[in-house]
Amino acid sequence: MDDRIEVAMKPGQPDPAGSAVRARLAEDLGIQVEDIRVIDVFTIHAALTPDELEKVRVELFTDPVIQDSTLNHTIAKDYDFIVEAGFRPGVTDNVGKSSVEGIQDTLGRNFAPGETVFKSRQYAIRGANRKTCERIATRMLANELIEQWVLKSREEVEALNGGALLGLPIVTDQSEVTVHEIDLEIPDDALLELSRTMMLALDLGEMKAVQAYYRDPKVQEARQERGMPERPTDIEIECIAQTWSEHCKHKIFNAEIRYQENGSERVINSLFNTFVKAATDEVGKRAGWLVSVFHDNAGMIRFDENHHFALKVETHNSPSALDPYGGAMTGIVGVNRDILGAGLGCECIFNTDVFCFATPFFDGDIPERLLHPRRVLRGVHAGVKDGGNQSGIPDINGAIVFHERFLGKPLVFCGTGGLIPTKITGRPSEEKAAQPADLIVMTGGRIGKDGIHGATFSSEELHAGSPVTAVQIGDPITQKKMADFLIEARDLGLFNCITDNGAGGLSSSVGEMAQKPGGAILHLERAPLKYAGLAPWEIFLSEAQERMSLAVPPDKLDAFMNLAKRREVEATVLGEFTNSGFLECFYGGKRIAALSMSFLHKGVPKMHLEARLDPPKLAPEIVIEDTDLTAGLKAVLGSLNVCSKESFVRMYDHEVQAQSVLKQFQGVDHDGPGDAAVIRPVRGSKRGLAVACGLSPKYSDIDAYHMMACSIDEAVRNLIAVGAKLGTIAGLDNFCWPDPVQSEKTPDGRHKLAQLVRACQALYDVCNAYDIPLISGKDSMKNDYKIGDTKISIPPTVLFTSVAVMEDVTKAVSMDVKNPGDVVYVLGETKDEMGGSEYLALRGQIGVNVPKVDVKTARAIYEKLNKAIEAGLVASCHDCSDGGLGVALAETAFAGGWGMKLDIMPIGLESNAATLFSETQSRFVVTVSKKNAPAFETAMAGSYCLRLGEVTPETKLFIAGRYGAKLEAPIADLKEAWQRPLRF
Amino acid sequence: MSVQVLVLTGFGINCDRETGNAFKRAGADVSPMHLNDIATAPEMLKKFHILAIPGGFSFGDDIASGKILANRLRHKLGGPIKQFIADGKLVIGICNGFQVMVKMGILPLLDNEFIQEVTLTNNNSGRFENRWITLRGNPDSPCIWTKGIDRIELPVRHGEGKFIPMNNTILKILHENGQIAFQYCTPDGAIARGEFPFNPNGAIDDIAGICDPSGRIFGLMPHPEAFVDRTNHPRWTRESLPEEGAGLQVFRNAIEYAQANL
Repeated sequence: MDDRIEVAMKPGQPDPAGSAVRARLAEDLGIQVEDIRVIDVFTIHAALTPDELEKVRVELFTDPVIQDSTLNHTIAKDYDFIVEAGFRPGVTDNVGKSSVEGIQDTLGRNFAPGETVFKSRQYAIRGANRKTCERIATRMLANELIEQWVLKSREEVEALNGGALLGLPIVTDQSEVTVHEIDLEIPDDALLELSRTMMLALDLGEMKAVQAYYRDPKVQEARQERGMPERPTDIEIECIAQTWSEHCKHKIFNAEIRYQENGSERVINSLFNTFVKAATDEVGKRAGWLVSVFHDNAGMIRFDENHHFALKVETHNSPSALDPYGGAMTGIVGVNRDILGAGLGCECIFNTDVFCFATPFFDGDIPERLLHPRRVLRGVHAGVKDGGNQSGIPDINGAIVFHERFLGKPLVFCGTGGLIPTKITGRPSEEKAAQPADLIVMTGGRIGKDGIHGATFSSEELHAGSPVTAVQIGDPITQKKMADFLIEARDLGLFNCITDNGAGGLSSSVGEMAQKPGGAILHLERAPLKYAGLAPWEIFLSEAQERMSLAVPPDKLDAFMNLAKRREVEATVLGEFTNSGFLECFYGGKRIAALSMSFLHKGVPKMHLEARLDPPKLAPEIVIEDTDLTAGLKAVLGSLNVCSKESFVRMYDHEVQAQSVLKQFQGVDHDGPGDAAVIRPVRGSKRGLAVACGLSPKYSDIDAYHMMACSIDEAVRNLIAVGAKLGTIAGLDNFCWPDPVQSEKTPDGRHKLAQLVRACQALYDVCNAYDIPLISGKDSMKNDYKIGDTKISIPPTVLFTSVAVMEDVTKAVSMDVKNPGDVVYVLGETKDEMGGSEYLALRGQIGVNVPKVDVKTARAIYEKLNKAIEAGLVASCHDCSDGGLGVALAETAFAGGWGMKLDIMPIGLESNAATLFSETQSRFVVTVSKKNAPAFETAMAGSYCLRLGEVTPETKLFIAGRYGAKLEAPIADLKEAWQRPLRF
Repeated sequence: MSVQVLVLTGFGINCDRETGNAFKRAGADVSPMHLNDIATAPEMLKKFHILAIPGGFSFGDDIASGKILANRLRHKLGGPIKQFIADGKLVIGICNGFQVMVKMGILPLLDNEFIQEVTLTNNNSGRFENRWITLRGNPDSPCIWTKGIDRIELPVRHGEGKFIPMNNTILKILHENGQIAFQYCTPDGAIARGEFPFNPNGAIDDIAGICDPSGRIFGLMPHPEAFVDRTNHPRWTRESLPEEGAGLQVFRNAIEYAQANL
């Protein structure tokens, strides 16, 4: 009963999908083939009559204008080989799912249980041999973690006589649906071994804490009352391990750390409390606009009288390393759910995305199990693009940063902002609490084995019939339907509490929501499954996507379920909240878990860690002066961390929701790099939000303190550049670190932890100085690769996301030069701080003179510049960041389409190279009309504000330096140097 | 008379808010309505003058853009929509909405039957892109929506916007009837002649938007609802532009027509 519909472009019609694959083959793998045609294959695993099949083939699957199709017959022509790729069993197949809906609509009847449609894709290749085709399949067309593929020659295909090439991905594997007891009365080494084999990721102290819990006579008494066995059940152990995971409990950030630096010693009791929370507490006294920080899914601040704004940024590094597309997509739709689950449910108004990769031009050997950085880049970008675009959420800000050590682990940061009315049916929207007797309702997608123990997964355990568990494909449309429905339900006041199912699935979402009422009862057999055969603990821990958990009061349940039905959103009552003090699970009427809520959430032992600053010796920089500054500038403009990322950004829908004020690319041809996004989210109001980010992992090897300070300063000056004001800025920190715990496999753990301490100290110092409360944050602490003798640890990285409320967006300033005759200024002193600069990186050096943020001087500049912008004195403003002053000047000029004639000698540095390429922080290039120049200079009085020259009608950048050195280049050439490297 | 606009929602449509807002700004009463709510009570269509199918990613653009939503509309609301059109009312489809209309056969509607005669498919670039383009209006078009619009800048945000007619006869009829209401052009108004990025997708004859022979039914790939304020424009910080975004005229034209004729 499997029927196959194959759809191809008509002969003579171009095949853009095929051409795109062909172009990428040439570009990425250096493989030339004569032709590739893409054929979509829909395998209908359902009892349809021949008439019905013909009807859906013609009406649903085939575009009569441009496509041909066949039923159970090979459509490919003129090929040598066909590669067909389709999903492995259990992987979300969005097109297959939509096809079912299409067929049901067309036929006017529903599929029977078990009936479905599978989507796969054929690539008919001409002009390549079998070996090349194999390479194409594994390197580009299929990711073997989630996809299966087959390669057939023309003769082999013809011998099949129209039969299927690829087996169907039906899940045949079934877990035993039983609950096991676990024996914890074993020696210490056996406890550790148990933690390892069950993939619990608990250390000995934690295992012993669990053991002690079960030894407690009071616990045993309670277990007896509830008919629970003496020993723990598998689901209990899994639930504890999940709740106590680094991911959920941030054990390193809450550890007690003995910190040594230059012979002095200090004990830090929780980095989080000492630095992160302390900064927010401190600044919070001065900022009256914090609404909800640190305890919900996202931080919330006041936007205007009627709205709160919520912000969250997450990382999805490991999943993106394994499956770049699926990992990144679930990253973006996952953080969307954090916003949907913040307060009583916010609407998502924008996404941000920041990626860190190794160079896409990497030509060394790729270590085992890793993917080429170019493939990771393309896949991650495509995942974020599809996830965001299909959800109708504009992607308004981001960055792509390159460093060789991101080969070991790419970093994928996904952020989302949301808006919510301050009151929902009369209730403050930031408050929510499940009540005892409220029903636990799960909405959205179904549960499969997706993401169970995702991070520690190994492919060796995979076999043909087993569902893929480590990686997940997002399903943005299921989530969009759910989000629309939940906002409707919210406005009708149909629920008391909402949270998303992310890491840990139900165990975490229900476990967290149950804290207020003090307990919960769940009936796991009621949970809707993607396929049969999940063990109860798997149902409880599955990280299957697109699900939210809610607390629905009994008197609202009918209305809630009825609305869900009308919106075609699956909603299931799984149990109820209680005040028993226990999280309890049943399966088939039998109690299988009863854990004390206080043990679960407060029982994790504190970690004790050692930190000692022990930086490797770095060689001081050697800068050789060059009289031709033009070549130097072009090289820096073309370095990967500076060059244009426009081809990637254009593929994001950045204007949906029609609130855009300053876009990523600005200027006369819409191709100059903006500093911050500005949006205007409330119709009819001029109030807006400015959003930016900063990250500088390249400074970490010199000093993580300055890395952190520079990241914050960049995020802040990006906002200042567009017109935002200190005192309105909120921050969000995302730490990504290599493992900072000293061990055999991490012999430099103490130093890495010391770097973390230094970064946290800078976070506190700079946020305090700039009045920035931290409203949310996250850490990801194990970003290392180790297989065999190869170990790659990422450079310690912090993404600092900044956001500010702007009272009047019509005062915002873009970065492009506006008119000939305008005066060009640099604000902020330029120092010889070449350490970690792009200029040195191009010469294979790191150096030691890292840029240091002088917060007091910077603050004065930021305040004065803001007043000047608000007074309308500034024509353009662009911050100096990667690449230094030279890059900022060139970008300002070519974005506006006019030249500049400048003299940099008054800056006063001996070195022309340092003047142009030092990455000293807290500087801006500003242009001002002649008329406004005196007022501008008055506004900046007392701060460093130097007139460099003026804007010229001649479209050339001319810079005079010391010792007769000069820079002279048409702005078109500079733009080309900046655009060429990543014109993908 | 207050003009009543029904804005379709659900299943991955995602420009419903801004589309409703544009109609409101132009003076209409707007009701967003989920497809399933309309399908259970299709007679409600009678009280509306304008039906808007907004942009988005209905059903994830799976199979082909707009295809599954088109299929659902045809099977659940085909008759009532036909009646709506026969009553002389107005329909607009923007981006994904245009794709839906084309695949359902609401446009170009050459013989008053819902038959697919043209398509919108993958951009020549093979990728989704968001960029601002310039359009020129066709002064000889009966299109009510584009009346008086000589040239307009709007954003496009699509991966499948390349317009292809079934054959040359249909293309010829579209030209003869003046059904080609908007074409991509260079910033100074010369026809784009397929040149990227002026024509962002490779559309045949630079076609960006078409209407039915009556001019009341209109679909286009660019987003007029995304240019309702001066600050939406990518060069507002360097050019002097009117406070109101030029896209609003599209909606105002329809409302004025409805007020005068319905």
